[in-house]
Amino acid sequence: MSDRVKAKRLDSSIPVWRSLRFWQSAGQVGAAMGIAIALGVLGDNLLFNLEQIGIRLGFDFLGSQAGFTISDTILPYTPADSYQIALLVGVVNSLRVIGLGLILATAIGITAGIARLSANWLVRTIAQIYVETLRNTPLLLQLFFWYFAVFLALPNAASPLQILGWTLSSRGVTGWGLQMSSEFASLLAGLSLYTGTFIAEIIRGGIQSVSRGQGEAARSLGLKPLPTLWLVVFPQALRAILPPLANQYLNLAKNSSLAVAIGYPDLYAISSTTFNQTGRAVEVMAIVMVAYLVMSLSISLLINIYNRSIQLVER
Amino acid sequence: MNNPPASAPPPAIDRSPVRWLRQNLFHTWYNSILTIILGGFILQVFGAGLTWIATKARWAVISENLPLLLVGRYPAAQSWRLWLVLLLAIGLPMSIWGGKRRRSPSVGWIYAFCAMIGISWLLGGGFGLVPVENSLWNGLLLTLLAASLSTVLAFPLGVLLALGRQSSLPILRIACTIYIELVRGLPLIGILFMAQFLLPLLLPGDWRLDRLARAIAGLILFNAAYLAETVRGGLQSLPRGQIEAAKVLGLSAPLRLWLIVLPQAIRMVIPAIVGQFISLFKDTSLLALFALAELTGIARSVLAQPDFVGRYAEVYLFIGLIYWIVCFTLSQVSRQLEVRD
Repeated sequence: MSDRVKAKRLDSSIPVWRSLRFWQSAGQVGAAMGIAIALGVLGDNLLFNLEQIGIRLGFDFLGSQAGFTISDTILPYTPADSYQIALLVGVVNSLRVIGLGLILATAIGITAGIARLSANWLVRTIAQIYVETLRNTPLLLQLFFWYFAVFLALPNAASPLQILGWTLSSRGVTGWGLQMSSEFASLLAGLSLYTGTFIAEIIRGGIQSVSRGQGEAARSLGLKPLPTLWLVVFPQALRAILPPLANQYLNLAKNSSLAVAIGYPDLYAISSTTFNQTGRAVEVMAIVMVAYLVMSLSISLLINIYNRSIQLVER
Repeated sequence: MNNPPASAPPPAIDRSPVRWLRQNLFHTWYNSILTIILGGFILQVFGAGLTWIATKARWAVISENLPLLLVGRYPAAQSWRLWLVLLLAIGLPMSIWGGKRRRSPSVGWIYAFCAMIGISWLLGGGFGLVPVENSLWNGLLLTLLAASLSTVLAFPLGVLLALGRQSSLPILRIACTIYIELVRGLPLIGILFMAQFLLPLLLPGDWRLDRLARAIAGLILFNAAYLAETVRGGLQSLPRGQIEAAKVLGLSAPLRLWLIVLPQAIRMVIPAIVGQFISLFKDTSLLALFALAELTGIARSVLAQPDFVGRYAEVYLFIGLIYWIVCFTLSQVSRQLEVRD
């Protein structure tokens, strides 16, 4: 007999403090009151402290002039534009680096993941060294390394380096129809290579989770290794790969906020500058939170839709 | 029937290096070409790297700044206290491990408690020792301190959040879920920003937390959410029979939790917790962006010294090596723990 039925039946004959339902409701009410009181105290402190500093809550500061320059932008922007426009530029910059970063990281991850399973010892070892080295060092350090020790150390614009159709100089890199500042290029390189290591491990795990019988059956049917991988193993591995892959995509989107460390004007960097100029911590933080939450939810939603479409249809 | 064939010795396996080369590097024609091209490329890069390390790189920046990078501006006269701290810290995991093996875990906990008090006394000073301000704790010392402290303090909060998320009371469950999903959707740098600039506004005016305390508070809030998800995985994979058996034995809910559910759930996810510690150890580098001179931050100050301007590659490679050694060792330990289970 479940607890609930017992409580109902015996409700009239047992004292109220021995009834399970009473304690459950009391617990809910207690929790609700506790949370309300905590939020109330914190909100009260917030308003009091803001009053002491002389700042009022409100989003009206978004309309005032920004007054700072943004070095890297594809939208037209001048310091006379409002904070709203500056934050919009930040959002576009973030989306730029996140979009390209996701594509590049996936490509690098797939290559490295398959290389880790190669029959060739040299390829396997190089991939393993790549994954183990970049996985165990902080992303911030890698970004500093790429920016200061690689991209800023390139020869200056008077005598640039020319490789494979790309022109590399300390002012930026250009090639194949794309033009990137040093900050953008180092952020892209650091993010893609770092996230690529995690994606490589996920893909390797996914491919290894497909039973060997599939590969052996394909081979006995006469399929060469590459078509086996593409037609038989990969589609099945995809089911094990997608959920952790979604997690890594979210990590890349969140890690793009490290752009502030190397001077690339993404959303976080511009909101940090906005905070420094206006002192509005609460509003700026709310904008950043909403923006990143919307980004995270969209990425998870898209991948969940794709995930659902490849699920096994069971009876 | 016919006579069975006479038995013969097993075929000899050829383990010569030539065979290994043929099988692993030159098995097919495209593998051979790949090996030759890749091999040549790697040798060139390796050679250039070694030449750079031996000749063009100037390692004086590391040798002269080693104490700064490792313990920051901790006064040299008091450095004996740091050796004692190291000794106590190494003894911690050994005491908990050894205590369990000898069936007296309470000895391990008592030692852990005393060791933690001892470590904070030795680091900070006071009560007979020269006080050392916490702005002088920099470098690797601060990194290890921030990572360990935030993990240890986030543990109770994380476990409570995980239990709350599983609870049957809707309000508690919704509140915990909102907190966890909010914190997990934000980048760590946003949480640290909130801890630095929003936390002083939320607390009563006369509570003054210094920069390090605010940063560690931010790390604790961040870590608790991720720990909650990890522990929730452990709680969900616990067989229901355990809880039912505990109920049958008459154990009350708190006793059930403390004696049956939590020990098993946490033991199941220890590899994941170690993985999270590794990530946190790398994430402490973000404290450098908030003017706290842990390992990455103190590297930047070293690079700002006029003698060593421009030695980016040497310093960042050395710092990277330190991070790599710690993280790689921890990941191997976690793999051993997984195998043992």
